[in-house]
Amino acid sequence: MGSEFVMFSLTPMLIGVLASVACALPGNFLILRRQALIGDAISHVVLPGIVVAFLLTGVVAAIPMLLGAAGAAVVAVVLIEAIKRLGRIEPGAAMGVTFTTLFAGGVLLLEQSDTSSVHLDVEHALMGNLESLVWLRATDWSSLLDPWALAGVPEELPRIAVVCVGVILLTLVFWRWLKISTFDEGFAQALGLPVGVIGMGLVITAAVAAVAAFDAVGSIIVIAMFICPPAAARLMTNGLERQVWWSVLFAVLSAVLGYVLAGYGPLWLGGDNAVSAAGMIATVSGMILALACAFGPHRSRVGARAEA
Amino acid sequence: MTPLIEALFLQAGYNAALVAVGAALLGFAAGAAGTFLFLRKRALVSDAVAHATLPGVGLAFIAMVWLGGDGRNLLGLLAGSAVTAGIGLLAVEWVTRRTRLSEDAAIGAVLSVFFGLGIVVLTVIQTMSSGRQAGLESFLLGSTAGMLFQDAIVIAVGGSLAVLATWVMRRPMTLVAFDAEYAAANGVNVPGIDRLMMALVMAVTVIGLKIVGLILIVAMLIIPPVTARFWTERSQSLIWYAGGIGGVSGYLGAALSASAPDLPTGPIIVLVAAVLFLLSLFLAPARGVAAAVFRHRRFQRKVHRRQGLLALARQEPIHDELTLRVLRSEGLIRADGVATETGRAQAAKIARDERRWDVAREIHQDTGLTGRYDGLTPIEEIFAPDEIAEFDRRIGGPRAIGEGL
Amino acid sequence: MSEPSVTLAASGGQAAAQARPDAALSLRGLTVSYGEKPAVFSVDAAFPAGQMTAIIGPNGAGKSTLLKAALGVIPRLSGEVSVFGQPLDAVRGRIAYVPQRASVDWDFPTTVIDVVMMGLYRQVGLLGRLTGALKARALSCLDRVGMASFSDRQIGQLSGGQQQRVFLARALAQDADLYLLDEPFAGVDAATERAIIDVLKSLKAEGKAVVCVHHDLATVRDYFDNVFMINVRRIAEGPVATTFNGETLNATYGGRLAATHIDQLNLVEGA
Repeated sequence: MGSEFVMFSLTPMLIGVLASVACALPGNFLILRRQALIGDAISHVVLPGIVVAFLLTGVVAAIPMLLGAAGAAVVAVVLIEAIKRLGRIEPGAAMGVTFTTLFAGGVLLLEQSDTSSVHLDVEHALMGNLESLVWLRATDWSSLLDPWALAGVPEELPRIAVVCVGVILLTLVFWRWLKISTFDEGFAQALGLPVGVIGMGLVITAAVAAVAAFDAVGSIIVIAMFICPPAAARLMTNGLERQVWWSVLFAVLSAVLGYVLAGYGPLWLGGDNAVSAAGMIATVSGMILALACAFGPHRSRVGARAEA
Repeated sequence: MTPLIEALFLQAGYNAALVAVGAALLGFAAGAAGTFLFLRKRALVSDAVAHATLPGVGLAFIAMVWLGGDGRNLLGLLAGSAVTAGIGLLAVEWVTRRTRLSEDAAIGAVLSVFFGLGIVVLTVIQTMSSGRQAGLESFLLGSTAGMLFQDAIVIAVGGSLAVLATWVMRRPMTLVAFDAEYAAANGVNVPGIDRLMMALVMAVTVIGLKIVGLILIVAMLIIPPVTARFWTERSQSLIWYAGGIGGVSGYLGAALSASAPDLPTGPIIVLVAAVLFLLSLFLAPARGVAAAVFRHRRFQRKVHRRQGLLALARQEPIHDELTLRVLRSEGLIRADGVATETGRAQAAKIARDERRWDVAREIHQDTGLTGRYDGLTPIEEIFAPDEIAEFDRRIGGPRAIGEGL
Repeated sequence: MSEPSVTLAASGGQAAAQARPDAALSLRGLTVSYGEKPAVFSVDAAFPAGQMTAIIGPNGAGKSTLLKAALGVIPRLSGEVSVFGQPLDAVRGRIAYVPQRASVDWDFPTTVIDVVMMGLYRQVGLLGRLTGALKARALSCLDRVGMASFSDRQIGQLSGGQQQRVFLARALAQDADLYLLDEPFAGVDAATERAIIDVLKSLKAEGKAVVCVHHDLATVRDYFDNVFMINVRRIAEGPVATTFNGETLNATYGGRLAATHIDQLNLVEGA
């Protein structure tokens, strides 16, 4: 059991946990800024970003893909802003126009270009493939100390680990700026803080987290990680610091439980094949949110709603 | 080019023709139904509805196989998708109403969780013996390749019904979308109409699954109304403009896609709509960007010109670069900043108008007139020549505070 | 010219445009526009240091817009802003801003003391430690507005008046020289109004400049030293005693202010 777990389950589970945490952290602020659907938009444009990066460089490599996706996120956010302001269109509609168009463009490019030789296909992009990220060189727990085995961990693991640590650091360093510009943008501006840069930085961070997670769990389920753990956490507490801790806890719980249920749930039910781990992680995070909505101690609104 | 022309004139085979007609009808219905969502500022609710169809498609397939039927029956799959889409919609409403979370968070949560659940169901189907060729993945992005004749009929009939329903319900839905409170005060059942709107959106989504796919059907509900908004200010015509734009996108897109390989129908339809949107965004006469940029520049120059002349009249120095540039380019000041003959004359006129306004505001204390005292509206636009002559007469004499009130 | 300190805009040739060196905040040619309609047009102003000034004018006259544009919260179409004779960005640390209460989401997950501590963010930077001394300062600011016992309360549970006091405490924590307040008395209870005005008067006693967007004409005379009257353009500016009278009010509000109201304001003392 030990060796099998290390070989087949440890790395996907770790990747799932790291991806969930990396997305949940910026998700807290997106939700409080009423920009939850920016996460939606970002994760849809990850696909065109990656396709363009692939077409430009001809390789499926981490750095160009990250850059392509981050670039696409910036393009999307700028387009949304532009459409909102120039066309005087409400934000939801502006988002809808932008991300569906970019996504359609991405799909068309993918179909038109010869990407059959590489593992770039739409379904993979949408659904992810967490189960395939196994650690074949591992034999048992002692492999964690074996340099040869460690060199063989799936490349997605160090990538998402770096991104996750980066997101944590950014959150810690810019905590005060994020907090104040999210709560009271006018006051932050009067203090002389670069609120525009902070907002854009948050979106780019979310985009980088999305693309690193995307590989493992697919672009739609990334949205669940942006929104469900922080939304559930909001219903558990009235303090921002505690909310972030809860969201991390929920993110980890969704990833671990989701992975285990996907792998072993069908066996318990008498089936013999695992189901999609990424889909299960999203489902579990949704169930956590549903429970929080029904029983969370701070589930109902107390303050007056902001105007606009 | 020939295959495209053939497709455009419905000569590319029965199925292609039916799909093109179906896509046009679907586009029309989606554009019209989406208009109400757009006016109600809930455009992205459709995103949650669309993604929530996926588990329904999968579960319907499983159910039909268990019952011993053909899992791929389109009507059955669409019925299943409508059920989970409806549940998703209710979930959005429940979360928004019962908790402190805002609607956007609820939409994002529902769309991603339902989609995740759908993926789980799809992987279950892949392990079923009859599931390997289910082809349910085609519902993600739409696929008209290998569509059965009867499927095309379902889409064409469904599209027609949706258009018909929109037309029948257009008045109450417009009323609610425009001003829900007023509608409620007039005895309109607002929640009922809202639900009807959503039902229509759901119907369009479900019908569109096969052609456009669940991820991109959202575009058909959002892009046409947004595009139409650039061309009209009236909500009744907005519906028909949006329908027309959606219909054209659907028809052109389906024809384009049928004319060559590797042109997936859904994305092409969306991109055609997006092109129409971009053209409108930039070129629409009143609300377009080009017109707005032109107007803003003209306005900014007007403000700076006026401020510059006021400063000249008061013999104050001007520091603002743009003001100096505007005055210079109109020959009102010389390169060294000294006022020219024309500049002095214009400044004098402005100064006189300011004094006229002072008098006018003492005489006419109703805001309808003096509310136009924004610094830019020429006084001649507000008052008749004889009134202005009267102001001038008063200016002529020495002015004491309190006089003339 | 030996003008009286009353300046009716554009009535004399003289404008009060010259930035007075003693002004805490001076504006020159400030224009802000939403779309094609100027909300504030070519406004010159000088808000004196060490005094309390009310910005008054009818709804939609550009009072809040003027304040926000002066702070760079919304972009200006033209015009210059100087604070204590220096450009805005050089002296941000000396300005405290109290936005309108309705401008934020009071459902935000944070506590009263947390909000007050936000006033210290500029001083401590991103990573500077919020020492016990700073926390004590935040608490004493809360105490000044009578809210010390509420420090750990979630902000959503506060009444409107309490929210306004918390915002004022946050501004106090900034320890600024110029306080700009946007409708601090809007929709607050009488006790809060008294508490706020007491704090503002004590700020003035410390030599600070206070500028309030104000909507209640009945209290102008009691609360403020100076008045700045605006209706898209500057109408009048100067000490309350000489500037705040029927003529300027009529010029500012037009027919919207019935004559009986003006009488009730008891404008001319001793008349």
